[in-house]
Amino acid sequence: MLTIGPALVLALPVLVVLLSLLQPQWQVWQHLAETVLSDYVKNSLILAFGVGAGTLVLGTCLAWCCHHYEFWGRRPLQWLLLLPLAMPAYIIAYSYTGLLDFAGPLQTALREVFGWGYGDYWFPEIRSLHGAILMLVLVLYPYVFMLAKTAFREQSQSLLEVSRVAGLSPFAHFVKVAVPLARPAILTGTALAMMEALADYGTVQYFGISTFTTGIFRTWFGLGNGLAAAQLSALLCSFVLLLLLLERWSRRKVRYFHLGGQHQVKRVPASGFKALWLWLFCALPVTLGFLLPVCMLIHWAWLTAEGHWNSRFLALAWNSFSLAALAALVILLVALIFAYARRLSASRWVHAPVTLVAMGYAIPGTVIAVGTMVPLVWFDKTLDALMQSWLGISTGLLLSGTVFALILAYAVRFLAVALHQVEAGLERIKPSMDQAGRTLGLSPQGVLTRIHLPLLTPSLLGALLLVFVDVLKELPATLILRPFNFDTLAIRAYEMASDERLADAALPALTILLVGIFPVIILSRAIEKATSMETADA
Amino acid sequence: MLKKFLALTICSVLVVPLVQANEVNLYSARKEALIKPVLDQFSAQSGIKVNLITGDADALISRIANEGKFSPADMLVTTDVGRLVRAKELGLLQAVQSEEIERQVPTHLRDADQQWIALTIRARPIMYAPERVDVKQLTTMEELTDARFKGRICVRSSSNIYNQSMVSAMIEQLGEENTLNWAKGLVANFARPPKGGDRDQIKAVAAGQCDIAIANTYYLAGMLNSADSQEVEAANKVKVLWPNQGDRGTHINISGAGITRHAPNKANAQALLDFMLSKEAQAWYAEHNGEYPLRSDVEQSDVLKSFGEFKAENIPLDKVGAQNATALKLMDKAGWK
Repeated sequence: MLTIGPALVLALPVLVVLLSLLQPQWQVWQHLAETVLSDYVKNSLILAFGVGAGTLVLGTCLAWCCHHYEFWGRRPLQWLLLLPLAMPAYIIAYSYTGLLDFAGPLQTALREVFGWGYGDYWFPEIRSLHGAILMLVLVLYPYVFMLAKTAFREQSQSLLEVSRVAGLSPFAHFVKVAVPLARPAILTGTALAMMEALADYGTVQYFGISTFTTGIFRTWFGLGNGLAAAQLSALLCSFVLLLLLLERWSRRKVRYFHLGGQHQVKRVPASGFKALWLWLFCALPVTLGFLLPVCMLIHWAWLTAEGHWNSRFLALAWNSFSLAALAALVILLVALIFAYARRLSASRWVHAPVTLVAMGYAIPGTVIAVGTMVPLVWFDKTLDALMQSWLGISTGLLLSGTVFALILAYAVRFLAVALHQVEAGLERIKPSMDQAGRTLGLSPQGVLTRIHLPLLTPSLLGALLLVFVDVLKELPATLILRPFNFDTLAIRAYEMASDERLADAALPALTILLVGIFPVIILSRAIEKATSMETADA
Repeated sequence: MLKKFLALTICSVLVVPLVQANEVNLYSARKEALIKPVLDQFSAQSGIKVNLITGDADALISRIANEGKFSPADMLVTTDVGRLVRAKELGLLQAVQSEEIERQVPTHLRDADQQWIALTIRARPIMYAPERVDVKQLTTMEELTDARFKGRICVRSSSNIYNQSMVSAMIEQLGEENTLNWAKGLVANFARPPKGGDRDQIKAVAAGQCDIAIANTYYLAGMLNSADSQEVEAANKVKVLWPNQGDRGTHINISGAGITRHAPNKANAQALLDFMLSKEAQAWYAEHNGEYPLRSDVEQSDVLKSFGEFKAENIPLDKVGAQNATALKLMDKAGWK
């Protein structure tokens, strides 16, 4: 009951979206099917699978390099590789467009140096489907990287020794042993990245790619048909459901548990050419996903700084930070409850609503926001009517338009992130550990605090980190649900950028990064510490 | 006991709004940077506090609709006419009467039932590269479909409201079939698939990727006033051409506002609306965002003057808003991405 209640509340916004299917808008659908629907489906699928493949390969390889080898600069690179997490996808898209577009400095310089004109030379078009995939991979690979690194770390050192004895090369060990064993973590990260790609609006809209999300907004805003827009969202949900089922199915065959008897990780020292190669490989995503766009932003911010830097800016930063921190804590708590409920119960009644909520991750924020507003306003109106008849007082809107509404929307949108992390962590705790603990005289609470908590800490911190950063970057739901006179950095950056004042958007965007970086660094260090303690303990 | 406690709590919640009664709540599709300074002036003059939420017009409209009679919103500001028409159709607005409106807002720039009014005018002309386009041969939007402009035109996506309103206005004046043919012809002349915003189209013309763009004037004005020297340089390579001066005039859209049906602070909202029509508010938009003022006694900024005088479309704007869905479907059919 502890689970079903909150799960149903959180599932309401998603249900509102799904219930729209009861009033089919045939005319709109016919028009869409005749004209643009096939583009939406095709582009969304290419985008999702492109981003999935990209993050999977890049994230896993990076994690392996940082886990398996010791080379100069590995330690700083290890957390530098997480920095792109703090970069909103639409910001990186703006920066690269500014840099690489036909009218940008790079191409202009090329034309000036070689005397070329339009059409005289080939240059990759950044504002294309490929470009969008690249942008999203650059900011989403840390999901896979983070999870894969933890998973590799938990693999027994003896496995590597066995492989060696069996005559497997290090590469063969990576492909045939390490990756298959880390599969649940890697696939979880990939699924998150794919869901994020499906829900992305800012990047694809700016690049002029017709996907489901841009289609949803076209249908809602352009055709003025909110129902049909919600139905498109429902169709998007079905994609996601498929993705979630696929992920579960891939995990079903084997249950992976924490392997005992570990040693400290012994990294293979690399030197010379190999070390350089490793360093370059790890430095590349940091440069492309973080340093380069940041340089572009700094350049813009420099041009506009004086007009924007004032005391209100601090208030913005504080709003963003406190909101993200509060939301992250609440969401983590909810995820923890849900994850345990699912671990302890096989009941469909527990699993189904939780799965429903998790779908929220791939629904665009605006749609979630409206989905949140409907039940909240209903609650407020019902309460008001009750109070009117009971006490003769009008309570008006009590919850709508408050921070509560925002947190609820964030919970629907980002619960999946926290849930995946926590569940991936829980899956590695063998049930036999619980049993051993109980045999040794621990109470159920004792099992929780003395066994689970220490083992879960890295996953919990990881969940906290990801949700914090996600909320910090979140835009559409914040925009529509927030209370009066409440602005965040993301809103400020977006308002400037959507007015095509990219240079003016740079300063708030940089501040988002600044506010986001510190938690990324602190939490990633804490995760590192917790993992190494755990490894040393075991 | 419980009842008393509840009643007390609820009263304390309710007292807060009563104390701050001298305020007005604004839902604005105009970005904060482009409305807050004007609102601050209003507060300083009138002593009325303005509470602001900005956001996408349709999201704000659905928020008002959902909140129903409890909505705290007094006034809705949008940056195009289509959204105001939609808000009216949903029954979210109420009629406003004031001398200031009668005096300052031409009848074709306000709703027939006075449920919304224009605040500023935004024009959407042709912009071109003077050294590559012979403008003697180009005087109307219709001519943009000529074969001689093949591969030379840049326009942003049809998802954009300014394009939707432009096509809506065309449907209203030329009919659906003619407009569809025009849109098909235009798409056939595109230099590239639509991407980016209006500024990107202007930059593409400056860089030589295309020769002609369709864009709102205030974007060009913004580029000319930009802190980024590259933007200024690009903007200087582009000139404005006012199409259809011999017939229906150049397409215009508006930013506008309406007072909501359940406005709790109607009188204050009315005062704010009047203030938005005042000389200083109108001058602020002309100066800071390159939009055309409603009042003739407001001096246009130098940048606006440099674009020259023009004849604007004068069809009733509510008709333009009503065609929005038709326009979008038409652009889908024409393959305008």
